[in-house]
Amino acid sequence: MKELLSGNEAIARGADEYGVRLASAYPGTPSTEILEYIGKRYPKIKAGWAPNEKVALEVAAGAAYGGSRSIAVMKHVGLNVAADPFMTLSYTGVNGGLVIVVCDDPEMHSSQNEQDTRNYAKFGKVPCLDPSDSQEAKDMMGEALNISETFDTPVILRSCTRVSHSMSMVELKDRVEGPKELGLKKDPMKFVMLPAMARRRHPLVEQRLKDIAAFAETFPFNKVMMGDESLGIITGSVAYLYAREAMPNASFLKLGMVWPLPEQMIRDFASRVKRLVVIEELDPFIEEAVRLMGIQVEGKSLTGLCGELSPEKVEKALTGASTAKSIGGIDMELPLRPPNMCPGCPHRATFTALKKNKVYVAGDIGCYTLGALPPIGMLDNCLCMGAGIGIAAGLDRSLGDLAKGKAVAVIGDSTFFHSGMTPLLELAYNGGSTTVVIMDNRITAMTGAQNHPGTGYTLREDPTISADMEKLAEAFGFRRIRTVNPYHVKELQDVVKEELSADEPSLIIARAPCALLKTERILPDKPLRIDENVCIGCKACINTGCPALEFVKIEQPAEGDKRKGYSRINEALCVGCRTCFEVCKSDAVKEAS
Amino acid sequence: MSEDRVYNVLIVGVGGQGIILASDVLGKVAARHGYDVKKNEIHGMAQRGGSVSSHVRFGKTVSSPIIKMGEADVLLSFEQIETLRYFPFLSVDGNVIVNDQKILPPAVFTGKQEYPPDVLERIREKVPNAVVVDGIHVAENLGNPRVVNVIFLGILSKYLDIPASTYEEVLKESLKPKLVDINLKAFHEGRALAAS
Repeated sequence: MKELLSGNEAIARGADEYGVRLASAYPGTPSTEILEYIGKRYPKIKAGWAPNEKVALEVAAGAAYGGSRSIAVMKHVGLNVAADPFMTLSYTGVNGGLVIVVCDDPEMHSSQNEQDTRNYAKFGKVPCLDPSDSQEAKDMMGEALNISETFDTPVILRSCTRVSHSMSMVELKDRVEGPKELGLKKDPMKFVMLPAMARRRHPLVEQRLKDIAAFAETFPFNKVMMGDESLGIITGSVAYLYAREAMPNASFLKLGMVWPLPEQMIRDFASRVKRLVVIEELDPFIEEAVRLMGIQVEGKSLTGLCGELSPEKVEKALTGASTAKSIGGIDMELPLRPPNMCPGCPHRATFTALKKNKVYVAGDIGCYTLGALPPIGMLDNCLCMGAGIGIAAGLDRSLGDLAKGKAVAVIGDSTFFHSGMTPLLELAYNGGSTTVVIMDNRITAMTGAQNHPGTGYTLREDPTISADMEKLAEAFGFRRIRTVNPYHVKELQDVVKEELSADEPSLIIARAPCALLKTERILPDKPLRIDENVCIGCKACINTGCPALEFVKIEQPAEGDKRKGYSRINEALCVGCRTCFEVCKSDAVKEAS
Repeated sequence: MSEDRVYNVLIVGVGGQGIILASDVLGKVAARHGYDVKKNEIHGMAQRGGSVSSHVRFGKTVSSPIIKMGEADVLLSFEQIETLRYFPFLSVDGNVIVNDQKILPPAVFTGKQEYPPDVLERIREKVPNAVVVDGIHVAENLGNPRVVNVIFLGILSKYLDIPASTYEEVLKESLKPKLVDINLKAFHEGRALAAS
């Protein structure tokens, strides 16, 4: 039976079909749906959100040590967080198959950088499989688990946005359990990485890589498809599909395993074609390896290093032009449509209160990162998950009076549990006067509402603990902890002011559930309206950036009316959060009639 | 329309307009009809009012999940300026179906920039037979403003060679039972609009 599945659905399905017993992940676009599908569809897999990717990989590693097939799932930057266990897992090896599913995001559709996960495979000396479509994504889950068990190594199954979020036809099969015996087995020489043991493991790792390279020569997903011999293309991932689309008659070496590479296969292919080109997204990973073999090859000089490829980009790179007959663009500047916080978003209220205090904001990753965009413009840096608190502390301590009372860190609840707890501890420990605002909207919102240790529910919506931020901060030694409803903008504004003037670290928890969250709802869902005769056109409400507000220009003002325009509320969008009411200087915002 | 060709449909608009559902249904319809299907959308920030695009491709065999720029047979756009944003994807022989709706981007609703005034004229300059329908108006007449996407799926279906019954089957399977009737009505209203 065939079904139309996304790459992420196929990876989840593959985990079930090939006997995975445990899956752990932290949400991150474009990987999030994999664990969500596992949670909804595959009850035989024990699955749960981990607080972060490092923990996810360690949980998966434990399962694999005990003989279970297991997977850890993350976006590309998640592997940075999990890099510590990853690098040494390569030494210990596994027992049951362990697959690390990592989804890259060329073009940064929803990411802060464009790092190429294949480099981690080389760095960690582990194999990396690189599917092109959903069928391959599912099949390669099985291959990756087999390779993991055969060669005693973790394996990276690498996806990317266009593989994870594309749908294509997939043949379905039934679940088959993994082959390993389950249980606790003592084997300290293999699993305890003391220097003496690690020194014995490292040569095994090097030999393993050679053995897998030999296996790669006959790995069925490394395929030569000869066509016109004047052009030979080495490629993998979705780039293969673009190249096929652009140059259907060329010869192809399609690599399903991109590390280690099948050297003999590459040499043979190179010798059979006149011009050899590597078509790959992001880094010249295959290209450089081929060049190291002493083979003349083109690649990044044609396709460039930044952004994602596409059929027309590949065609232009190889032939200099596109054969498509486009109707062409329109010579008109179109207003951009960046993402925005939703109507009723509690973060908008929090940023409004921060703006009134004219502070510098060390930011973090989540919906609130959008607070950097106009008209809010209240986020001054954003580096990686959990970074804002440490950065604010560094600014505070190094600048002294230059920053005192002028800088705060903001961080979301899910990000706080991901990697904000340790910098908060650092603050308590090393002191200073940094103010931290946790924008607690009770969910992992940016990736589409996933539970986390603070929500009280698991992946499968089973009730569980709800970690207490206030008690945690207290246990760390914080003496100044304030919890405020951010929709009470003026109150929050005053609290921020007081805490900024304190001579010790303080924590403000601005707590109100995400405006899209149906449980825990506190918004009245009754729209407000603006009396256009009372509105003075000052744009205080407009500058909160709420999509339910619109500034209406007055083209022909009545006599004595000096306003350029007035604000209007779109009642279809307004959910009654009252942030505009709180900032209105003229009492123009009213309850809807 | 020959047997070997690949059909390229690009559906665009703004997050929250039901684009993903419409393209999911189209993908399943094409698969049920026996076509190879590839479909891709960028929806990472869709819920937050961003621009959304969904590529649906079907035929005997399909390679790329995204349409080569200049090869879209139909551009179905749920919002005026989004039509223009994705115009370069459209083939010179392609068709355009536009929902006559303006959703103001942040720079416009905050009064910093104007919404371009003559978008429909600009579309018609390039594609004289562009189909423009006020979907919200049609949907409200049907009694449910949320079926705009399925009305346009109905219009789109007239440009493709898959029988209406296949769409009906997939709609019945994809929707909650209480929403099936209104959506089937919307689908056929769309087909009638395309024919008129």
